[in-house]
Amino acid sequence: MTMGKLPAWAVQRVSRRHEKLIQAVLFLCAALSVLTTGAIILVLLGNAVYAPGARNAFFEQVSLWEFLTGTHWKPVDGPAGRFGIIPLLSGTIMVAVIASLVSVPAGLGAAIYMSEYAAPREREFLKPVLEILAGIPSVVYGFFALKFITPWILKPALGLLGLELGTFNALSAGIVVGIMVTPLIASLSEDVIRSVPRSLREAAYALGSTRFDVSVRVVVPAALSGILAAFLLAFSRAIGETMAVVIAGGQQPIATLNPLRGAQTMTSFMVHASTGDSAADSISRMSIYAIGIALFAITLTINLISGWILRRYREVYQ
Amino acid sequence: MSEQNPSGKTARTNAGSINGVSINGESATRRPAVSFISGGDRHIRSRLMLSRVFAWLCRFSTYAALAVLVVLLAAIFYSSIGRLSPDFVTNTNSTSPLKAGILAGLWGSFWLILFTAMFSVPVGVGSAVYLEEIAKDSMLVRIIKVNLANLAGVPSIVYGILGYTVFRTSAAAIATLFDGKHLIGVLGLFKVRLSKLPIYEDNILVGALTLTLVILPTVIAASQEALRSVPSSIRVASLALGATRWQTIWRQVIPAALPGISTGVILSTSRAIGEAAPLIMLGALTYTSMCPGGIESPLELLTKPAQLLQAPLDQFTAMPIEIYDWSKQPDARFTSVAASGIVVLLVVLLSINSVAMVVRHFASRRLKW
Repeated sequence: MTMGKLPAWAVQRVSRRHEKLIQAVLFLCAALSVLTTGAIILVLLGNAVYAPGARNAFFEQVSLWEFLTGTHWKPVDGPAGRFGIIPLLSGTIMVAVIASLVSVPAGLGAAIYMSEYAAPREREFLKPVLEILAGIPSVVYGFFALKFITPWILKPALGLLGLELGTFNALSAGIVVGIMVTPLIASLSEDVIRSVPRSLREAAYALGSTRFDVSVRVVVPAALSGILAAFLLAFSRAIGETMAVVIAGGQQPIATLNPLRGAQTMTSFMVHASTGDSAADSISRMSIYAIGIALFAITLTINLISGWILRRYREVYQ
Repeated sequence: MSEQNPSGKTARTNAGSINGVSINGESATRRPAVSFISGGDRHIRSRLMLSRVFAWLCRFSTYAALAVLVVLLAAIFYSSIGRLSPDFVTNTNSTSPLKAGILAGLWGSFWLILFTAMFSVPVGVGSAVYLEEIAKDSMLVRIIKVNLANLAGVPSIVYGILGYTVFRTSAAAIATLFDGKHLIGVLGLFKVRLSKLPIYEDNILVGALTLTLVILPTVIAASQEALRSVPSSIRVASLALGATRWQTIWRQVIPAALPGISTGVILSTSRAIGEAAPLIMLGALTYTSMCPGGIESPLELLTKPAQLLQAPLDQFTAMPIEIYDWSKQPDARFTSVAASGIVVLLVVLLSINSVAMVVRHFASRRLKW
């Protein structure tokens, strides 16, 4: 209010200057995200590839070749330690593939149902259900897999087939991770399916198509790249999923593709190693950073591909 | 050629079929688009059958989600029988499954969320305001946007590694630098005798900073969406009346977007309550019977100001960490303890989300555009 007595040019100058300051602060807030990415890369590389100071980085002690091709993971200090990522990678991919087998049909089915079949009212009821499912914490799903799905569903079912199931197994972990990412696939796919122009549907109906023809032969192919992007995003989410896998999947780093046994994923190894009592600069601890790089690189690559596909898809219809 | 209609009982006139073609009309599965083609053409009949089977498959996969949710909640409530009682919420952890309670985790989660919200709301809303209202389409801004999209996809455990390496190490350095007493000299406004204020390296603030990084991309995205939903006529009108850009943002755009921002912020902050992985990476305690700062009841927030200062710098555990710890106990009696913990966690999440829904409800009644 004091500004009212100043000449107009002065008011403008004062407010401009103080606005510049505010804008700078807001810019710093936004730039923080770039800083975060930089810090992640620096921290991971700084401890895995080259460590300044007295500490030895992970790859100064283990060769990259051994890390990428070794089939044994035994992260202990001394000569007995073996650092091949294959067992952790196979565990991770197994869980993520099982999760995809669950979530891709369920998520896509739900997306088609909600966009092509459900009445607006039904949709209004179903959307929050999926949101709740997505909002349930990972530990809860882990508990559900370990204490319910494994003993009450999988064990009896596989028992009938004469198969033996471990208490900790990749199958139950994969199933709950699949349940967790289903809402993600459903909502992303529904968005892209909805953005398919209405004229395509109307043309198909006019030619005598059934709803199945319209959904499967017209709408889904038209939205295919967007749907694929959703699948990729869900796959990368499944790879990074931690607590459910830690609780239900077990801690045995074995290079196997048998989902009935326990398996250790990259994320569950990291949790396991950080709760252990090894020294902060021991190689078993430093291996967390090497696995961290692998996890970061894999998820980032998949996310970038997914984002690229989605951008191209949007260009087609907008 | 028989007179039988391929859709059986639901023979319709032409008009009905046209109705059936309407997109998103729920009746369409029963009144297929081609029902006016009379005659028992097997090809058409099988196509209609296929369409109907497909509709049921899609419906099944959608309602399977609902079924899973119901089964999940039922299984958890059923498992919690035996331990879920008032003293589960008032007890701290114990090695005995009959005495173990979640109080320490409840307080740990409370402090974590308090500080996570304090850190993430200003920075998150600030970033969103910059990106939506101020930034011009420059190379740098495009880099920030792409980078934000990618940060949202980084697994939360990776932020845990960052927090362990950067925040925890910094906290340890600060602890040795201040060694308690100096800090009290700075914070000497409380007239209480404080002999020593220990700073732990795995403290609440370290956890909150890490969780802030985890949820920041979500907070920014939610705030951006709320800002985008403010009609540009409001901005144009304000600028036309001579307001500066910042006056427009601060007095018009942000108040108009506030309900949307607060709903989005509450929902994304509540995600942090369920996060365990980054906190475990930091080295948060998995077993403790201590509440941060020794504050065990809301009343003590007022009566123990010294502890209030201590709490953010104290070690902690959180609800999801305790649930994880109980889930992996070999003693089967801990199953009901873990399930009871989950019930408490879900009740907390539900009450926070219902606050968000109430905000959204009242805001949507007041604002109309």
